[in-house]
Amino acid sequence: MTADFLQPGRSAGLLRRIYRRSPPAIIGGGLLVVLAFAAVAAPWLTPYAPETMDFNAPLAGPSASHPFGTDNFGRDVLSRVLHGYRVSLAVAIGSVAMALVVAIPLGLVAGYYQRWLDNVIMRPMDVIMAFPAIVLVVAMAGFFGQGLVLMMLALAIVYVPIIVRVMRGAALGVAGELFVEGARARGASDLRIMVRHVLPNAITPVFVQASVLMGIAILLEAALSFIGLGVEPPTPSLGLMLAEGRSFMGRAPWLVIAPGLAIVLAVLGFNLLGNGLPALYGPRRGR
Amino acid sequence: MSLLDVRDLTTEFRTEQGWHKAVSDVSFTLDPGEILGLVGESGCGKSTAAYSVMKLLGANARIAAGEAWLGGENLLAMNDDALRKLRGDRLSMIFQDPATALDPAITVGEQVMETVREHLGLDRRAARARALELFRQVGISDPERRLNAYPHQFSGGMAQRIALAIAISCNPEMLIADEPTTALDVTIQAQILRLIKTLLVNERRSAVLLITHDLGVVAQICDRVAVMYAGRIVEVGDVQSVFADPLHPYTRALLHALPTHEVARGALATIEGRVPGLTDRPGGCSFHPRCPHARPICATELPPRVRPSPGREVSCVLHAADG
Repeated sequence: MTADFLQPGRSAGLLRRIYRRSPPAIIGGGLLVVLAFAAVAAPWLTPYAPETMDFNAPLAGPSASHPFGTDNFGRDVLSRVLHGYRVSLAVAIGSVAMALVVAIPLGLVAGYYQRWLDNVIMRPMDVIMAFPAIVLVVAMAGFFGQGLVLMMLALAIVYVPIIVRVMRGAALGVAGELFVEGARARGASDLRIMVRHVLPNAITPVFVQASVLMGIAILLEAALSFIGLGVEPPTPSLGLMLAEGRSFMGRAPWLVIAPGLAIVLAVLGFNLLGNGLPALYGPRRGR
Repeated sequence: MSLLDVRDLTTEFRTEQGWHKAVSDVSFTLDPGEILGLVGESGCGKSTAAYSVMKLLGANARIAAGEAWLGGENLLAMNDDALRKLRGDRLSMIFQDPATALDPAITVGEQVMETVREHLGLDRRAARARALELFRQVGISDPERRLNAYPHQFSGGMAQRIALAIAISCNPEMLIADEPTTALDVTIQAQILRLIKTLLVNERRSAVLLITHDLGVVAQICDRVAVMYAGRIVEVGDVQSVFADPLHPYTRALLHALPTHEVARGALATIEGRVPGLTDRPGGCSFHPRCPHARPICATELPPRVRPSPGREVSCVLHAADG
């Protein structure tokens, strides 16, 4: 049946209706909204700048003035975690957005036209897919150099074949539906059929995949920064914080607990959202 | 002169063993304002023949031979873009299952408007007005509200009315109706058939090619009927004379198998044997293994095409001049 909450004239109670259909979507989505807000509003939420050092209070434990304590330079951990989210979310959204822009048209064309075009598009994707993601990202970080945008680009390249596959598979299924034949019988062009009829009916699994990939992007960003191939200090990053806090783990466990927990929450949010999306959209309408 | 003139159409499907003919040497004509019923069992090639005319075949099918003249143009020789412009405009189509023939993600109003904007070049406002008018014509109540509804919110009969509204939106010269009432119950079926007759034939003088396996439907609205068996047309004629005096043994058997009130208690009549598949069609006359009148020649030679009386045509040795 339909996503009837999408119908016009019924915006009140929208969230409640979404919750009833798909609790994970609203919990995951809500978590992400809170995290994103905290990241964006970080300068106003915390009294300390992430780089401000306080040599009177290095490795201070959690207290009223520093809820998550301070690191070895006396920098406020909460402030650094929130600023670290900015990098994490930017990488997550940026890399997936870049990948979607490239992958959706490719997958759509491959799944709709099939035959030789399918092969021309999919075989190179298989080649990229053959490399383990982390190896590919490390190699590209070494090749392109470091930095936020370059990291997004590296992740996007890893993500493109994954999204292309999902898009192609969904488009392939929809392209065989009778309503596509119907649209053709009414004289719709291939482009129109693809964009107007196939894409809207095939996009849900792509959104799900995109959500999951954003969660993975946060992990990969942390991993890359941890091994020194991601963002460079002093930019606060969750992975960098883990790497720096590792040496003081025994004396000041909050140095790794805080960024670790932050990573867990963000990835959890994206995964819940990804799990909840299909229930929101469908079983496919009219079925 | 005929509106549509299909000559010696042969369409093949690819199987693992190579190309096989699904439709062989099919010829028929269609006049403006005429309803031609194309009947036969499942798999006899009736849909394939109709889809071939619009070149709506999948990648595993090809038109091996034949012509389909619409006006002065051979549809089968047209390039894809020219043919695309004809589809939905001069040639339109409705399908068996209206619920799956409409895009579930878009409102039905948008789907009507899409077609008239494409072919008639109307702007949004004009297209909307046209959609409203079409909804009224096909008998949809409260059309303003229904324009914004999605296909799943309609019953099968209503969905078929919407499909019909789209099909007639550009005043087509010809409608191909592929089993348009098979998925509907009998009362709705009669309504849809009546609509087709009124909207296409009476109001627009359009021709209708009605594909069906239901001889009752043929009797209800068709002017002429073409009976297909195993990819070939075995008999053509006006409905009254074919039903009164079937010439081909297959047509006779089909009509004999129609349940009537008198025999309702007994076992239903059937035709012995089964329809040959795409890859195991017998040589000669494809019907000979099941034919009570088969002769040795039927197994080896294609039966001649005979015209026993004006407007009637049959392919069977029984009616050959020397038979």
